[in-house]
Amino acid sequence: MVKYFCNNTDIRSAWDHVVSAFWQRYPNPFSTHVLTEDVVYREVTVDHRLLTRRLLKKTNRLPRWAERFFPAGMSRSVYIVEDSIVDPVNRSLTTYTWNLNHTTLMSVEERCIFQDSVEQPATTQLKREAWISSGVYGFSRPIQEFGLARFKSNQVKSMKGLEYALSNLQGEAPQRLLRDTVKDASEKAREAAKSLASAATVPKKPQQYV
Amino acid sequence: MNSVGEACTDLKREYDQCFNRWFAEKFLKGDRSGDPCTETFQKYQRCVQRAIKEKEIPIDGVEFMGPNKDKP
Repeated sequence: MVKYFCNNTDIRSAWDHVVSAFWQRYPNPFSTHVLTEDVVYREVTVDHRLLTRRLLKKTNRLPRWAERFFPAGMSRSVYIVEDSIVDPVNRSLTTYTWNLNHTTLMSVEERCIFQDSVEQPATTQLKREAWISSGVYGFSRPIQEFGLARFKSNQVKSMKGLEYALSNLQGEAPQRLLRDTVKDASEKAREAAKSLASAATVPKKPQQYV
Repeated sequence: MNSVGEACTDLKREYDQCFNRWFAEKFLKGDRSGDPCTETFQKYQRCVQRAIKEKEIPIDGVEFMGPNKDKP
């Protein structure tokens, strides 16, 4: 059982700026949970697309009830791979991000597609999707709920961080560059279809954990 | 931003600066002339790949965009 999330956002900046800012968004005031960032592979293809792999290390603060799933001494930080393709001809940036370790506890995969907005000039539309699953026997549902809640709060930080990087690039004070056009009806429908009549206790809504 | 290899951070920053300039001024504008960052990239990679091995980070052999293949 996988939790699926999808939303769309408009970023009030041109695609070229967004893509440039994408490489420069760390560090920012909202990314204290990102500890290291490295480019570990990069290639320009014959058709002039840029392929990149970045390796990130992030903290992994958990609510108390989840800590029991970590044997004492197990490394807490999470290694994350972010693969991306910049196509400057078709003006699209596609990224795919997933965690390398702690995957039994929780696997989070995210796909983002940044393209020129069809409706607004000098605006970039971002379609973000995520797939969240847990393999812990008997606890996969509360862990997935937690994972989805944390993912959503991290996406708010992620967008603020991108906004911050954009305003630095454009030499302006940070302004509201984002306009959310959240469409999560599809997410609700999927959740309803997949939800089990389970007796598992869902912990009360967690604090912001990164 | 720090590199996962503590000794690699300076090399990373040097490479990043070169890349960001090339990306905005050449790559996005369709300029296909050579990449001026090859040397700094290689120096940085030698360092960071060694750190990845030392820390046993399980990234080797992971296919590019791997999990994306089975997504609609």
